[in-house]
Amino acid sequence: MELFNTHGGKSADAPKQSSNNLRPIMKNLAAKLAIPQLPKSAMFWTGIGILLFFIVVAVLGPLFIHGDPNAFSNESLAAPSLQHLLGTTLTGQDVFSQLVIGTKLTLLSGFVAGIIATTLSVIMGLVSGYLGGWADDILSLITNIFLVIPGAPLAIVLSSYVPNTSVWPIVIIVGLTNWAWGARVLRSQTLTMRDRDFIQASKLGGENNFRIIFFDIMPNLIAIVASSFIFTTIYAILTEIGLAFLGLGNILAVSWGNMLYWAQNSGTLLSAWWWFLPPGLCVALLGSSLAFINFGLDTIVNPKLSIVKPKKRGKKAAE
Amino acid sequence: MKYFIRRIFFYVIALWTAVTLNFIIPRLAPGNPVQTLVGRSQGRIDPRAISALELQFGINTKIPEWQQYFSYLGDLLHGKLGLSFEYYPTPVSTVIVSHVFWTMGLIGVASVLSFVLGTLLGVISAWKQGSVFDRIVPPALTFLSSIPYFYLALFFLYFLGFKLGWFPIIGAYSFTADTSQFSLSLLFDVLNHAILPALTIVLVSLAGWMVGMRNAMLNTLSEDYVLMAEAKGLSNWRVMTIYAARNAILPNITGFALSLGFVVGGSIIMESVFSYPGIGFLLFQAVQNSDYPLIQGIFLVIALSVLAANFFADIMYLILDPRVRY
Repeated sequence: MELFNTHGGKSADAPKQSSNNLRPIMKNLAAKLAIPQLPKSAMFWTGIGILLFFIVVAVLGPLFIHGDPNAFSNESLAAPSLQHLLGTTLTGQDVFSQLVIGTKLTLLSGFVAGIIATTLSVIMGLVSGYLGGWADDILSLITNIFLVIPGAPLAIVLSSYVPNTSVWPIVIIVGLTNWAWGARVLRSQTLTMRDRDFIQASKLGGENNFRIIFFDIMPNLIAIVASSFIFTTIYAILTEIGLAFLGLGNILAVSWGNMLYWAQNSGTLLSAWWWFLPPGLCVALLGSSLAFINFGLDTIVNPKLSIVKPKKRGKKAAE
Repeated sequence: MKYFIRRIFFYVIALWTAVTLNFIIPRLAPGNPVQTLVGRSQGRIDPRAISALELQFGINTKIPEWQQYFSYLGDLLHGKLGLSFEYYPTPVSTVIVSHVFWTMGLIGVASVLSFVLGTLLGVISAWKQGSVFDRIVPPALTFLSSIPYFYLALFFLYFLGFKLGWFPIIGAYSFTADTSQFSLSLLFDVLNHAILPALTIVLVSLAGWMVGMRNAMLNTLSEDYVLMAEAKGLSNWRVMTIYAARNAILPNITGFALSLGFVVGGSIIMESVFSYPGIGFLLFQAVQNSDYPLIQGIFLVIALSVLAANFFADIMYLILDPRVRY
């Protein structure tokens, strides 16, 4: 939700910015163009650190886990020990192995849904903002309709018809139902870019629309695209876990959502904390790491939002 | 007025899209939903229910699709949503009506509470930018909202409901309560049952409103008219509320209406955790039982109410922001 309102506020403000004075814009533009110039906030780097940790676990973890994480054993609900770092499930599966192996599917499905939604929102937003006219009217209408039709219930209805043999239908459904807000934000940003001098120059230079949209405009909006991607990824991960909890995913795949589903359905929540606690904490950590990265990206898009500089507001009024 | 007519036109199209999606989805679904249903019920299904279902989803019929579509639209106009399979032969509309008020009451109150509280916190956070409050509260609330909702809800259920016994853990009212007539004790019973679900919804959704309001507020605080207000020597309170917050809240109102779709979606999980007899719990059961007519009906009702909420927000915007009126 943070993304929603950030940009809701920003887009209303953007046209005014251009008329005020040029220096902040140039600085802002430079910040957006120069990729190495990343935010300095501790929150941003904490987020990056946690995310990298999970990516490393997802990539390298399987090398250290031997055997099938779903394999049953006779040790039902064993407490954590050296042999089973996080204990075992009701059917004697090793919780630690499941947690490590499940990282990959959870991350991957979140990112894939994020990529689908972001791609759609970039195409719809930039094209409708740049072209204007009737193309804009039609694309905006589609975007706004997708915005008001409730995505989460739609995802549940759709997934109730899809056979639960794989996780990917859910991922695609989540991606297809969550692009509209990003498209709207990008469209309003594109509108403020359209008449800038460098775009006009490209136009006069005979560049085609495709090149102008994706090579001239998009690099300037990369921070917004990134923050919209991250927001969708968080939402996708939480939605997929919610759907898994309702038993709508492929319950045999190894993912954090399915671990929670089985833990909850086994009726052992109260006794076997080592089964239920770790996947939920991992989701919370991963989700907040992404949200922290988004805070950082927001301050690139709009430096006013920084928490670094303390203000002396109110003193003036008191004097 | 032109704005108003354009919006009405837009909502008519959006409504038509939702209704049409509702028609298309079961027909595009892989396999045959009726066969799935018969298989799952192990033959214990009324043959009349099967034929009614086949008729509704256009299976084993020679009626062309467009004709099915128009008879579907006609049925909708008369409020006919088909017969529920699970509660056969109760009409879907009757089943939905008996559940919808619980959700509306709970979700409505909890969302408004969360919006008001989050907006207030956001105002304070922006006003005291860089303070300890501003550094700690937004990240902490963000962490809370990154926890999967049902996970948090189960924790509350376990500790506050089960361990400490402060709150009831199941349903919207006690099994022993007399629900035949309204009484004060029934009201307290219902409120008591609503506290825990409402609390979890508020906690999870607070961060979004707070961060959104903080960001919008920081934008207005750097405006010249705020500086002017300070220069005039107006009190801090007046500058904060009437000059900055009042203008910053506008984008949040649209956000609020749009978020209702997500909240209702989230209510499915909330209500299944708390066994709350609302529309979300109904959808959860319908999905588990593959009660397709009920699923379709619920989706339509949710879509309708979200559209209505957005329309209402547009009208609010019209009243609050004079710029749209021209």
